[in-house]
Amino acid sequence: MALLNFERKYRIRGGTLVGGDLFDFWIGPFYVGFFGVTALFFAFLGTALIFLGASMEGTWNPWLISIDPPPIEYGLQLAPMADGGIWQLVTICAIGAFGSWALREVEISRKLGMGLHVPIAFGVAVFAYVTLVVIRPFLMGAWGHGFPYGIMSHLDWVSNTGYKYGNFHYNPAHMVAITFFFTTTLALSMHGGLVLSAVNPGRGKTVKTPEHENVFFRDFIGYSVGTLGIHRLGLFLALSAGIWSAICIVISGPLYEGSWIDWWNGWKNLAIWRV
Amino acid sequence: MADYQNIFTQVQVRGHTDYGVTEGTNSEPRYNLTTTSHLLGRIGDAQLGPLYLGWSGVASLICGFIAIEIIGLNMWASVGWDPIKFFGQLPWLSLDAPLPEHGLKLFMPLNEGGWWLMAGMFLTASILLWWVRSYRRAVSLGMGTHVSWAFAAAIWLYLVLGLIRPVMMGSWNEAVPFGIFSHLDWTNNLSLVYGNFFYNPFHMLSIAFLYGSALLFAMHGATILAVGRYGGEREIEQITDRGTASERAALFWRWTMGFNASMESIHRWAWWFAILCPITGGIGVLLTGTVVDNWFLWGADNGFARF
Repeated sequence: MALLNFERKYRIRGGTLVGGDLFDFWIGPFYVGFFGVTALFFAFLGTALIFLGASMEGTWNPWLISIDPPPIEYGLQLAPMADGGIWQLVTICAIGAFGSWALREVEISRKLGMGLHVPIAFGVAVFAYVTLVVIRPFLMGAWGHGFPYGIMSHLDWVSNTGYKYGNFHYNPAHMVAITFFFTTTLALSMHGGLVLSAVNPGRGKTVKTPEHENVFFRDFIGYSVGTLGIHRLGLFLALSAGIWSAICIVISGPLYEGSWIDWWNGWKNLAIWRV
Repeated sequence: MADYQNIFTQVQVRGHTDYGVTEGTNSEPRYNLTTTSHLLGRIGDAQLGPLYLGWSGVASLICGFIAIEIIGLNMWASVGWDPIKFFGQLPWLSLDAPLPEHGLKLFMPLNEGGWWLMAGMFLTASILLWWVRSYRRAVSLGMGTHVSWAFAAAIWLYLVLGLIRPVMMGSWNEAVPFGIFSHLDWTNNLSLVYGNFFYNPFHMLSIAFLYGSALLFAMHGATILAVGRYGGEREIEQITDRGTASERAALFWRWTMGFNASMESIHRWAWWFAILCPITGGIGVLLTGTVVDNWFLWGADNGFARF
């Protein structure tokens, strides 16, 4: 059952970015394409490297496997495999796989006559990842500033990096990012709930219309952004959460090295009050 | 790439104000306080209002106003009623939870927690009344009550933080203070006192659903905008009578990741991801100090802490 009943008429050639119709086919439900092949290559290689790293590290507990970046002493050099080199290769594979995935989404969008919103949105997430493991380490002069690839080890990294700058809750960009994350979740619950409440009004009742959705929200909070607007708003909120997350970490270190608690002394010393 | 990408509305049409469907039962009058905004119209509906208050809305607004007054005036009093200092120190000002020696007492000196308890009571009343309002509006308009139950999930987390966990711990002092930096400090200290919240599995779940919600909304919002040229934003129509927008949106994800939602089920995914964020978060906070004293050691006992 790889094909949906309406799917056949959409499975047409064309829309590829490179290679003409070289890989222009499907396997089961998946579209392949040139970038599907490159994505698969990077994903397999990266995963295999993680297994290699795990075997060298000596634990197979999935919570504890960790592929650590090279020690700070290596600066921006290539490190030996056993000493962070695997992390560097896994990072290259990850970026290669994510980039391939985005370009494969572009090909699929073109095939289906859709806008490029999804690959662009995905690009924002990739950009946030690249900020963490390439841009910020590069600005600070050592790959060792990247985060380790492991379930508990990346949590430890987040915790330790936060306290290195006093208290990360005081980082203003972190505040903005968290606010966007919470607002996105709030808006998502309201959008999902509203659509479900219109099409599931209860047994025996007629399905409602977008006019009911509008009037519910106008009654509820005085404004209804509308069926098109909510998707623009949701995309904006979600992407802002990612962008501000990237900002809040890239300014910690390259731009500001002190404690974020002390950073607010600037507010206290504003000329109008100087308290 | 020079194509119109459906990010802004290019042409705005202004007709008469839309007063909405009037078939509702149990409704009180709407106030014709309406206006339009060009900027809002750029991304969504340009119309603001009309205004519906209703008894639960009025009661909720009054309670909310009282709560914010209590908090704000306490903060202002703490800087000797100096308006300049109030703004200068606002991020640091706080109305703190009752002192530990007052336990769960309902009556105590106002400046040792009485004001906090009163503000919390009015804020809780305000939020619960607003919930009643959301429920009654949905029922009156003949719609399902999904929005109200999503709201209830957020109220659960709020009540865990300010009421349920303090009661279980036997002291109001455990609750969150009202203040900008003070509530951040409270959050930070909860993690430090109970051995690193990142090792709390319900905190992990809550964050996964928080990030998952952002991921889902990015995916869903982008997909609908991308099929906007086929009328994808008309989701109710697409649910009841599937059109090419739904088909393309579904096939996009099927071809990308081998799996797709339907126009209706994506909203179920959305609703569940969003409500599970505060539900799991509330469980994680409630277990802290009541059942588990140190999440790091708990993680070590269960084989997932690195030393």
